[in-house]
Amino acid sequence: MSADVPLHARRPRWRPGPAMRRLGLTVAGLALAIGATFALEPYRAYQVAVVAAYLCATAGLTLLVGRGGQLSLGHAALMAAGAYGFGLSSNALSAGGAAGAVRLVVPLAVGVLAAAALGALLGAAGARLRGPYLAGLTLAVVVAVPAITSTFSKALGGDRGLWIEIERRPDALRPWVGAEQWQAWVAIVAAALVLLVLGNLASGSAGRQIAAVRDDEAAARLAGIDVTRVKVVSFTLSAAAAGLGGAVLAYVTQIANPGAYSLVFSLFLVVAVVIGGLGSLAGAFWGALLLVALPEATSSIAETLPVSPALAQRLEGNLALLVFGLLLIVLMIAAPRGIHGALARARGALRRRWRARGPAPAPAPVPESAAARAPTTG
Amino acid sequence: MDHFLHLLSSGLARGAVFAVFALALVLIWRAARIVNFAQGAMAAATTYLAFAVTTATGSYWLGLGAAVLGGAALGFAVERGVMRHVAGRSPLNSVIVALGVVMVLQAVLGIAFGNDYKPMAVPFSMEPLWVAGTPLLSPYDLYVLGAVAVLLVGFGLLFTRTSVGLRMRAAAFAPETSRLLGVPVSRMLTLGWTLSAAVGALAAVLVIPTELGLNPHATDTLFVYAFTVAIVGGLDSPVGAALGGLAVGVLLSMVTGYLGSTLAPIAVLALLVVVLIARPSGIFSARQARQA
Amino acid sequence: MTAPTAAPGSGRSGGGRTGGGQPLLDVAGLTAGYGASPVLRDVTLQVPPGDIVAVVGANGAGKTTLLRALSGLVRPTAGTALLDGQDLLAAPVEHRVRAGLAHVPEGHGVIVELTVDENLRLGGLWRASGRDLRAAVDEVYALFEPLARRAASPGHQLSGGERQMLAVGRALVARPRLLLLDEPSLGLAPRVVADIMTMLRRLCDERGLTILLVEQNVRSALSVADHGVVLHLGQVVATRPARSLLHDDALRHAYLGF
Repeated sequence: MSADVPLHARRPRWRPGPAMRRLGLTVAGLALAIGATFALEPYRAYQVAVVAAYLCATAGLTLLVGRGGQLSLGHAALMAAGAYGFGLSSNALSAGGAAGAVRLVVPLAVGVLAAAALGALLGAAGARLRGPYLAGLTLAVVVAVPAITSTFSKALGGDRGLWIEIERRPDALRPWVGAEQWQAWVAIVAAALVLLVLGNLASGSAGRQIAAVRDDEAAARLAGIDVTRVKVVSFTLSAAAAGLGGAVLAYVTQIANPGAYSLVFSLFLVVAVVIGGLGSLAGAFWGALLLVALPEATSSIAETLPVSPALAQRLEGNLALLVFGLLLIVLMIAAPRGIHGALARARGALRRRWRARGPAPAPAPVPESAAARAPTTG
Repeated sequence: MDHFLHLLSSGLARGAVFAVFALALVLIWRAARIVNFAQGAMAAATTYLAFAVTTATGSYWLGLGAAVLGGAALGFAVERGVMRHVAGRSPLNSVIVALGVVMVLQAVLGIAFGNDYKPMAVPFSMEPLWVAGTPLLSPYDLYVLGAVAVLLVGFGLLFTRTSVGLRMRAAAFAPETSRLLGVPVSRMLTLGWTLSAAVGALAAVLVIPTELGLNPHATDTLFVYAFTVAIVGGLDSPVGAALGGLAVGVLLSMVTGYLGSTLAPIAVLALLVVVLIARPSGIFSARQARQA
Repeated sequence: MTAPTAAPGSGRSGGGRTGGGQPLLDVAGLTAGYGASPVLRDVTLQVPPGDIVAVVGANGAGKTTLLRALSGLVRPTAGTALLDGQDLLAAPVEHRVRAGLAHVPEGHGVIVELTVDENLRLGGLWRASGRDLRAAVDEVYALFEPLARRAASPGHQLSGGERQMLAVGRALVARPRLLLLDEPSLGLAPRVVADIMTMLRRLCDERGLTILLVEQNVRSALSVADHGVVLHLGQVVATRPARSLLHDDALRHAYLGF
């Protein structure tokens, strides 16, 4: 603290560094989540697993778009790469007679690597492009997914999808932990890992470089930053996170099929990160939650509406899409920083008001941390 | 050889439509410096309108007219109601908002019509005509080529011979200076969107009956094709869009004919990647508009 | 660049050099800027009809902002501007040309993708009558012979001096009463600059055109102007007859750097 702050102002306390804080928070959240699964019925546990899987993808996407300024419409395809990578390797290991932790960890790693490889390729192709062009490229990729699974349908299972032999929960846990609960644990651990890694990256020098590239490429280059490398690396990491999400999803659902990783789902991911707040990991969580909660809500609404069964079925499939689309339009026009941004603004305003009334002489208002400043990409 | 000629000629016909759809993208790019990601979904909506009108009246031509007029109205509405409010912020914002429009349109179409494929009537036969023992273009293909030619000539005249066209070009090239000269720039922008959407509507009605089939997500692939065409030709070059369209059309026709239709999106993706890596500014583009 | 051919005077010949009577442009208390800090502070000046008023000052003095505030590209936060008694600031940018105001922006603003003829026509498209437009364009061709020769050339093929001529010609198509010119000499050779200044004086003398001229090149501007206004940090520090300004060494040293 500077010497000219009067003695009666705050006494310096030991405060853990940001990395330690993040680790602590993550571990605490992890423990809390795992503990909570004991109270959940199997279907809810399954949903928690899905939310956690989505969270891997939204975390990667929100940082890529919000901090990096690179809009990817193809994250569903990256998740698909993770899912198919997981599926193929899990089946291969099963066919080879492997069992145990290997049959879980290795396929997950393969899924991550497959997605990372695709991400590196896209990142390299897109590194020289401005936003809308990269978006178009990733759009083309996700639109090609069904074509790829159809073309290689012998290996990938075509439209029906690829059934996966998975490693179930360890025998030791069987009496106490349900199947869905175990899956939720795997998903939660994966999500925690993603949050930890990405969180550390985002707040460190890597994060600053990414933001510098987003804000002004020419200036960043002059400052000595290897712009292409930064872009490729950030896309690859984001892809790896999405791949883990896809792999986990494949584990939880025991199938990898093209229908789940469509353009519509890619758009859902974009909506999720916009609603949560671009660039915010906490927002990524809210977004992932919404991705599961909203379709469920609209489904039940569609069921209760007094309409013909044919119309009800059409609503069933499309009401969530409609609501998400409207939310996206309204948010981009009115509140581009999403829920988290609005909360951060409110928090900042409250903090300033509290400080102004406090006993100590009011110090200068705390500049909003980079995490709260969800960049509108503009 | 026969097969090749047939594929070549039908590829040209198909490519002509892609060129028109790409031209719609070029129009908006020139006017607003954004890529209209909602182009496909807007065209799907107008095609459904054509379908509905044709089903109700029994006339293909009334349906076509309704689609074009509906497209104009939709373009006007989207620009005034949505895009105007995010103009001037970063270009990614307009992309994301456009995606919202896509979602809303596809959802509404799905709710109103369902996600299954609807059959579309066509005014001419799609069976290829035989010329000297070789199957070439079908009457429908000729109709498509004719419509595209009329459209291109019409637009050429509009932009080079009329005051409105001059105003639109001025507003696109130099908006601030144009305002000083009394050009109502924001009205020209709206006009650009209106024309673009009408053109896109026409293109979709021409191409959807042939291979895409009518369903709310049919135009996703069409947009990717048109986007690729615009990239290949250069986003600010109408001539580039025309030639790029023919090139992509022929490529797709060949791939579909020799390797099967499922490979089509993959071939287009491959082309896109190659062009983006090798010549990001497009083959005909005058400016390095795209490079970051 | 050849000097413009003299055209028979249309409108008043000679200006009100004595400055008597109602000013064509009456600016009072104009304050404008980008963002928080104002670039123009409380600017007041009058332009008598048929005169050339040169606005000079160092870089960043607010000269360009003044013109942009008058033509509407910048919205003033305070002050008034009357063109021949009418409130200029009430009209949107696109309508000011109808009120008789033409602004040739910095860097001439020629649209290089369009031809010379298209640029000229653009200047008068707001007119309802196509015949009027054609007549006005032909008048400009008569005034600027090099433009007539290159009517079908695209703008990017023109030299710097020709582009400036085109920009002024385009403004003239609107048959304005007040012409705002932002640094017409920018990037041009001295010979060309002299020609331009001579042309401006002629337009003023033979057609009664009123010109508000912003210039870095103080000598050239003051040598053809009737009055001079010195801007410094957004404020008017001197309003004098041009000749007296040119010979006032102290003032020139203080605000104009020479």
